[in-house]
Amino acid sequence: MWKPEPSLADLQYLVEKAGLTRDALLAAYRQMCLIRHFEETIADRYYIGKTPEFNMAAGPIRGEMHLAVGQEAVAVGVCSLLESQDVVVSTHRPHHHALAKGVDASKLAAEIFGKQTGLCRGKGGHMHLFDKEKNFSCSGIVGASFPQAAGAAFAFRQRGQRNVAVAFAGEGAANHGTFAETLNAAALWQLPLIIVVEDNMYADSTPKWAALAQPHQFQRGLGYNVPSYLVDGMDVIDVYRAAKTAIQRARDGQGPALIEAVCYRYRGHFEGDAEEYRTKEEVELWRALDPIPRLGNRLKKLGWADDATLEALRAEAKRAAEAAVAFAEQSPLPDPAEALTGVFR
Amino acid sequence: MRTMKGIAFAIAEAIDQEMAERQDIVVLGEDVTYWGAVFGFTMGLHQKYGRDRVVDTPITEQTFFGMAVGAAAVGMHPVVSLMFVDFLGAGFDQMYNHMAKNHYMSGGQFAMPVTVLTAIGGGYGDAEQHSQVLYGLFAHVPGFKVVVPATAYDAKGLTISALRDPNPVVIFGHKLLTGLPFLPFEGQEEDVPEERYTVEFGKAAVRREGSDLTMVAAGLMVHRCLRAAERLAQDGIAAEVIDVRTLVPLDADTLVASARKTGRVLIVDEDYRSYGMTGELAFRIQEGAFEALKTPVRRLAVPDVPIPFSEPLERAVIPSVDRIYEEARALVTAPARTA
Repeated sequence: MWKPEPSLADLQYLVEKAGLTRDALLAAYRQMCLIRHFEETIADRYYIGKTPEFNMAAGPIRGEMHLAVGQEAVAVGVCSLLESQDVVVSTHRPHHHALAKGVDASKLAAEIFGKQTGLCRGKGGHMHLFDKEKNFSCSGIVGASFPQAAGAAFAFRQRGQRNVAVAFAGEGAANHGTFAETLNAAALWQLPLIIVVEDNMYADSTPKWAALAQPHQFQRGLGYNVPSYLVDGMDVIDVYRAAKTAIQRARDGQGPALIEAVCYRYRGHFEGDAEEYRTKEEVELWRALDPIPRLGNRLKKLGWADDATLEALRAEAKRAAEAAVAFAEQSPLPDPAEALTGVFR
Repeated sequence: MRTMKGIAFAIAEAIDQEMAERQDIVVLGEDVTYWGAVFGFTMGLHQKYGRDRVVDTPITEQTFFGMAVGAAAVGMHPVVSLMFVDFLGAGFDQMYNHMAKNHYMSGGQFAMPVTVLTAIGGGYGDAEQHSQVLYGLFAHVPGFKVVVPATAYDAKGLTISALRDPNPVVIFGHKLLTGLPFLPFEGQEEDVPEERYTVEFGKAAVRREGSDLTMVAAGLMVHRCLRAAERLAQDGIAAEVIDVRTLVPLDADTLVASARKTGRVLIVDEDYRSYGMTGELAFRIQEGAFEALKTPVRRLAVPDVPIPFSEPLERAVIPSVDRIYEEARALVTAPARTA
């Protein structure tokens, strides 16, 4: 725990300052639980046909699978402040961002299963999720989100819209040229762009000490005159506070911001990852900072929820995740002829 | 109607006339203001529309192509300059993995109306990294429309079509057809209407009719084929010259019809020879005109080496009027196959 846990009085002060109500925090709790259960349910189905021998092409969910268990607070802390017209561009690890942006869990699950009813009618899959209505997209290419979100922000500025665009990326992507290039462009043109670096400590298997000359992205942001915040990514309130300031500034035409959210993924880089690069003890250490119980404990501390309320929210989230996956499982696969359609409009 | 010299003026005028009526068009790229994207494709726009709509970008191809993807996703129509096509390596991920695929990957949700302008070709001593053509690379990846104007009339009409297209369109303007004072000019002055008009994609143009052989080309090579055809005519050989205009979509019907008429086909290309336009066109032609072909299809292209600097070396690799003429003569005099 590298930021002090606030006392009750301080917590009440912080929450009030942030404009966070009981309803808002309960909604955040429910949303984080939905993401957690969604990811775990997907993991459960992913291994069907993949045990005892792991074959990526086998089972109802084919291909790679990158889950975001542990990183829920970053997605929810930022996206709960966004409007429908605001744009989110995500990464190869996109489910938590999608759900937090309001993408329908059933269509999301169906896309992950490659079904006709999926967001992209089965053409994109888990790393290529698109939802025009929710202004959500992602890319399987590391570092691709920065300029695309900047392009949407450029359009908003051009048209005088009070919308913002958010680029999510990992700390590994912050080594990509697009990170530096986009920081420069966004600061130069004062774009309503929020760059959120989810530092989960590992770029695939590479620990950050082996890949980053200096450990913090906020310092790089400041070098480009971009206001930059270092937040506890395992604390939804801390994420929310920084995001609120950043998003408000951007809406008011005061330009971009960077949020560096230090967090941790409890599962491997991809499902099937043997995780030779870290110890079980390290993972357990971070379990103590699990953002969901942390928020739950604070809700109880504030007197805004008891165990029964939290249990009911978790159960509701679990049911929603199961229902989404059941919808996906029951949906039909696409007609093979669809493969030859849609290259051009 | 007035006389115009070169495709650069025509492309810039097309963008100007569409920008005047549409707020969704913005121009992005390196040196697009004072220098008109260096090869003139955006000249005059900055003075008229200002820096908010004609935006000089940092030298960051990956980022400004990514911005075009993001802006197109929310309803803008970015016109993006890739100054020399040779620079595509610096930005190609955003082009081929995103711009070209997002419509397909999203199940048709996201249109990608982006017009890319790029300068191609050698013949003026700019060597390996500033003389390539590379449209074959773009045509190979599904999702790009590939436009290669050979005339000012086409350049204007094809550019307006691109600006009204909901898909990524890349316009490859040959430097020796731009009509700019600092470069040789191998095109012709021609009449270009002042009003707006479109030239449809996927319609090849028969630039010269003939019955003895068909020459197929794009861009600058169309003009070199026409000059070779004039010399062939003095020898009593009637060459048909076809300008493919757009590699994607491709008008195979016109090529096949001409091949069926003449029975002899020479494909001329300034791109690298192997795995490129010449091979693809030859395949389409044999597919549709196999029994009518009197000889195997021939091709002239850059013989799978980079474009060298020194003048005799450069001349040795880029198809010239002389070599097109000689190859055509050889083709016409080759014995016809017996059935």
